[in-house]
Formats: sequence, structure tokens, C-alpha cells
Amino acid sequence: MSVLVFVESAEGKIKKTSLEAVAYGAKMSDEVVVVAFGNVASDELESTGKYGANKVLHISDDSYNDGVIQAYATAIAQAMDQSGADALVMANSSLGTPVAARVAIKKGAGLVTNVSDLPDTSNGFEVKKSIYTGKAFATVKVDKAIKVLAIKKNAVELVEGSGSAAVEAFSPNAQDGDFATKITATKKAEGDVLLPEAEIVVSGGRGLKGPENWGMIEDLAKTLGAATGCSKPVSDMDWRPHHEHVGQTGVKVAPNLYIAVGISGAIQHLAGVNSSKNIVVINKDPEAPFFKAADYGIVGDAFEVLPKLTEAIKALK
Amino acid sequence: MKILVCITHVPDTTSRISFTDNDTKFDTNGVQFIIGPYDDYALARAVELKEANGATLTVLNVGLADAEPTIRKALAIGADDAIRVNAEPSDSLFVANQIAHYAKEGGYDLILMGRESIDFNGGVVHGMVGEILGLPSISPVMTLELDGNTAQLSREIEGGKEQIEVDLPFVAGCQEPIAEWKIPNMRGIMTARTKPLNVVEPVGDETGATLVNFEMPPAKGAVKMIDADNVGELVDLLKNEAKVL
Ligand SMILES: Cc1cc2nc3c(=O)[nH]c(=O)nc-3n(C[C@H](O)[C@H](O)[C@H](O)COP(=O)(O)OP(=O)(O)OC[C@H]3O[C@@H](n4cnc5c(N)ncnc54)[C@H](O)[C@@H]3O)c2cc1C
Ligand SMILES: Nc1ncnc2c1ncn2[C@@H]1O[C@H](COP(=O)(O)O)[C@@H](O)[C@H]1O
Repeated sequence: MSVLVFVESAEGKIKKTSLEAVAYGAKMSDEVVVVAFGNVASDELESTGKYGANKVLHISDDSYNDGVIQAYATAIAQAMDQSGADALVMANSSLGTPVAARVAIKKGAGLVTNVSDLPDTSNGFEVKKSIYTGKAFATVKVDKAIKVLAIKKNAVELVEGSGSAAVEAFSPNAQDGDFATKITATKKAEGDVLLPEAEIVVSGGRGLKGPENWGMIEDLAKTLGAATGCSKPVSDMDWRPHHEHVGQTGVKVAPNLYIAVGISGAIQHLAGVNSSKNIVVINKDPEAPFFKAADYGIVGDAFEVLPKLTEAIKALK
Repeated sequence: MKILVCITHVPDTTSRISFTDNDTKFDTNGVQFIIGPYDDYALARAVELKEANGATLTVLNVGLADAEPTIRKALAIGADDAIRVNAEPSDSLFVANQIAHYAKEGGYDLILMGRESIDFNGGVVHGMVGEILGLPSISPVMTLELDGNTAQLSREIEGGKEQIEVDLPFVAGCQEPIAEWKIPNMRGIMTARTKPLNVVEPVGDETGATLVNFEMPPAKGAVKMIDADNVGELVDLLKNEAKVL
């Protein structure tokens, strides 16, 4: 098997979830080629070798700076032809997943997204994926010769090795309609730790009473180098931006540590956090359902507990 | 204008999930079924567009007869007619082929779906349908405004959003805050009973993947409670036991 890995970058740096995709590809095969788009320096691209890539196909044409779904799908399908790949791996993301869908059709491939584990090839090609929004898993058998996999965060452990990948320029042939969607503007939250990728997340719910109290959440997050999140009503009321809303209908996070403050723990919220490795719940109601899903809990008033917690962590650092 | 909205028939978001038949079948016992929440956003926006611009609105579901109450609910919310492709929706590629076939036949200007189904969590059927039909596909879409033949969309990306311009026809996978979920009113419920619900047969049987079995996540250990006056103990546990600080 030969694997192509589509990696994404932000501000010239390859995303950690994409490096996990490279590491995942390297577990599947010794032949791993990466395809990367946009303005990324050669040494950054070469460093994918540390996770098992042999070669990088770099598409530096400016028209690919924005993630246009159709254009990326065409380019990636061509990169698969170029490298002779019979499998494509990428991170499950707002770009990766829609692109994967189109590539799968172009290549007549079997597609699995939300993949949570390495494939089992002892009996055909079987792979495990998360379903029912994290409440269960399904193992599926891919029926096609070509496989396309979009993997969840933490599906594979990231261990840095010492290799270096050879970078080659690659120029795809855009097809009619590839740029039919025009990206006219991109707005990004600046400087902050990105929620879907964060190792630590501090989330606030309706228990915080109003947007003016978010300073406490931000202080704790800053102290921990964490991203901030919230429950759905909080973003519905515009206390916080929509992209911070965690849960069934929002962002699904999988950090090492999730700290939930003033969130009751409705099943729809839990659906977005149940892949977290450790959960801390701070709630003044000892009956709050979130405690049942937590590893550590404090029954108390957020307005008293949070500042103390932030101080105690500052003291540690 | 002709709008198609594709809806799933899925367990209510509060459902307890369990499996039967040696973990190969979803246990529907005591489970309430709903329109997929993201599909419900797509439907709500479609109803608004219909009210604003005039349009015919068709809902489509690939599913068995047990999905019909869910489809009737979509008719009560404001769709004009419905298509049920009579087949078990067991695989994304299979579903996408069905939708693409009937979407092409109907010549729709706008095909709206949810960003993902909440049972299978694929997030891919819209992209597959777009590719099969040679149409743009955009997901996850947070806002959608139409100006004649051109649409302005915003798409969520990690930690931000993109503004996108695209001409009809296209396929979109929708999420909030595109519209507020609509609750059917009495008149809607009454008229839904007589609106056409056409049952059609599937085309082809191609699949991309087949189910081997289901599995529940490992059970969670008991929560450790810490006194509110002793946050230092929490910090200590996070550092030395959980090793996350
Ligand atoms: C289809 C559907 C999808 C949904 N999707 C999502 C989703 O993706 N994400 C999501 O979050 N929700 C979602 N919801 C909503 C969900 O059901 C809950 O309503 C929501 O999660 C509750 O938010 P909350 O915990 O912030 O507020 P509440 O339920 O009001 O809880 C507030 C909590 O704060 C505690 N509290 C109050 N004061 C203090 C204090 N001073 N100190 C400490 N604690 C305090 C209270 O004890 C309480 O537990 C969805 C609902 C539906 C129907
Ligand atoms: N069986 C189905 N019938 C109709 N539409 C579907 C079906 N399955 C998926 N869809 C649509 O495709 C979207 C994405 O589904 P998925 O790729 O399964 O996450 C859903 O939100 C629906 O709008």
C-alpha cells in the first residue's frame, strides 16, 4: 500500500492534527507522500519526515492559498495519481472532510471519516470510527481498492523521529468549475489557541451569568495556555462567538484536559467533550449531571473557585 | 426556484444508545426519532427562502417506511412535497448515489443538507452529491443569502469563518446559526397529511463500506470530588495524577 497524506497549515506551520495524519499514514505503509498547499517554508515541509513522510508534493501556486474545496479535491486526486497512492489520509477538519468526500467520488474510493483507530488488515481493510456523536463506535469494512480516511485527533500517538522528507514542486491542472466558489474574505480569531486543536480547554456555561464575567475564564485559559469554549445557550445569547460553542451541534473537542465551569452537562454538551482525556467540573449544584462524566469535580461557586484555581496554577508555574 | 432539502431520520439527541443482535443492530427500543438537527437548520432556512423568494420545496429521505412520521414533520414545517427512497441508508456512498439520481431528475436550483448526520457523523454526503453532479459543495455553512442567481455564504473554519460567493445551483451542508429551528403549527400539521409523499425505489446498490459491528466506549471511572476550599488539591491531582499540567 502507498499512502498520500493531505496536510493543512496555518500561518506557515503544519497543523498538529495533520502531523498526526502523517504518523497515521506511516503506520499503514513505508511509502508516505505528503501533499501541501500554500505558503509553507521548505524546512517546515521537510520536517514531516520526522513523522514518517518520504516526500512532499508542494503546491505553491497562489490560487491555492485559500482552501477552495473543489480545487483542493482535484489537486489531491492528481497528487494521488502522481504518487501512485492507493490510500489517502487526512485530519478530520472543516476542510479535510468536505475535500475527502469529493476525492472519494473522483477515485471511486471507499471513504471513512471520524476514524478513531489504526486499520486492521488481518481480514480485508477494517477501520473503527466514532458514531452517534461520540456515544459509540462502529467498525466498518472498506469495500473498495482505494481507501480515503479522515482521522480524529488522538487516533494515533505523535512520536517525533529524525527523518527528513524531500520536497518537490507540484502543479495540478485545475478543471472547469474548480474555482466556481470564490472565497471573498477570511476572518480568523487571532492569537488565540484554536479550540479543535487545543490540549487544554476551559469552557463556561450559563452559570457565569453574563459575558462580562468571561474575564475569569480567559484568565484561567491564559494561565494554562488553553483555548476557551462555551455551551450552546452562551453562544446563542451572543455572550461568546459561535465558533466557541462545544457539543453535539458545535465543535467536538478532544483535549487532554477539559475544564467545565457553570455548565450543567446536558447530553448534547457531553457529546462534544466525551473524547477528552480528563474532565474537571466546577458547578454549584452537586446534582449537576456533568459530575457523572467528570474525572474531578468541585461543588462550589465559580465566582469564588475560579480565581483561586487560577492563582494556584500561577503559583505552580 | 426549486429547493431540495435532504433529511435524516435519527435518534433524538437525548437518546441512550445501545445495540442488539451481537452488536450489529441499533436498538430502537424506547428511542424517539427526529429530523437530524443540522438537517432541521437546512429545512428552516429553505422555508425562509421559499417565503422570501417564492419556491417549491421538496424534502428527500433515503430510508424505510418507519421514517415517514419524520418526513411528515418536515412537510408540516413547510415543505411542499416529499420523496422517500425506499432503502436502508446504511452507507454514505449508497445514500449519495440515491440523492444525486433524484436530485438530477428534479433539476433543483439549490440542494441543502445538514453538515452531518448525528447517527453516522459522516459529514460527507453533500460533498459526494456535489462531486457526482459536478456542482460546488460547501460545508459547514453558517449563513446563506440569495441575491438572484448568486449566493453569499459563510463557512465555518477552525477558529473563524470564510465568506464565499457562488452561483446557483450548488449543494450546501448547513449548521447554525443559519436559521432558527421551526416548530410546525396546527395548520402545517393538518396540511402535511395530504401533501404528496412519493415513495421511489433505489437505483443501484454500490457501497463504499459495510458495517462489521458496533461498540460502546469504555465505562468512565468514578469522579473524584475535591473541596471548594482546597483547590490546591485539584492542582496537585492534575499535575501528579492526571499529568496534564
Ligand atoms: C438538538 C439540540 C442540540 C443541542 N446542542 C448543544 C450543543 O452542541 N452544546 C451545548 O452546550 N448544548 C446543546 N444543546 C442545549 C443543551 O440541551 C443544554 O440546554 C445546554 O447545554 C445547557 O447549557 P448550560 O449548561 O450552559 O446551561 P444550564 O443548563 O442553564 O446550566 C447552568 C449550570 O450552571 C450552574 N451554575 C449556576 N450558577 C453557578 C455558579 N455561580 N457557579 C457554578 N455553577 C453555577 C448551574 O448549577 C447549572 O448546572 C442542544 C439542545 C438540543 C435540543
Ligand atoms: N439517509 C439519508 N436521507 C437523506 N439525506 C441524508 C441521508 N443521510 C445523510 N443525508 C444528508 O446528508 C447530510 C450529511 O450526512 P452524513 O454525510 O451522513 O454526515 C445529512 O445532514 C443529510 O442532510
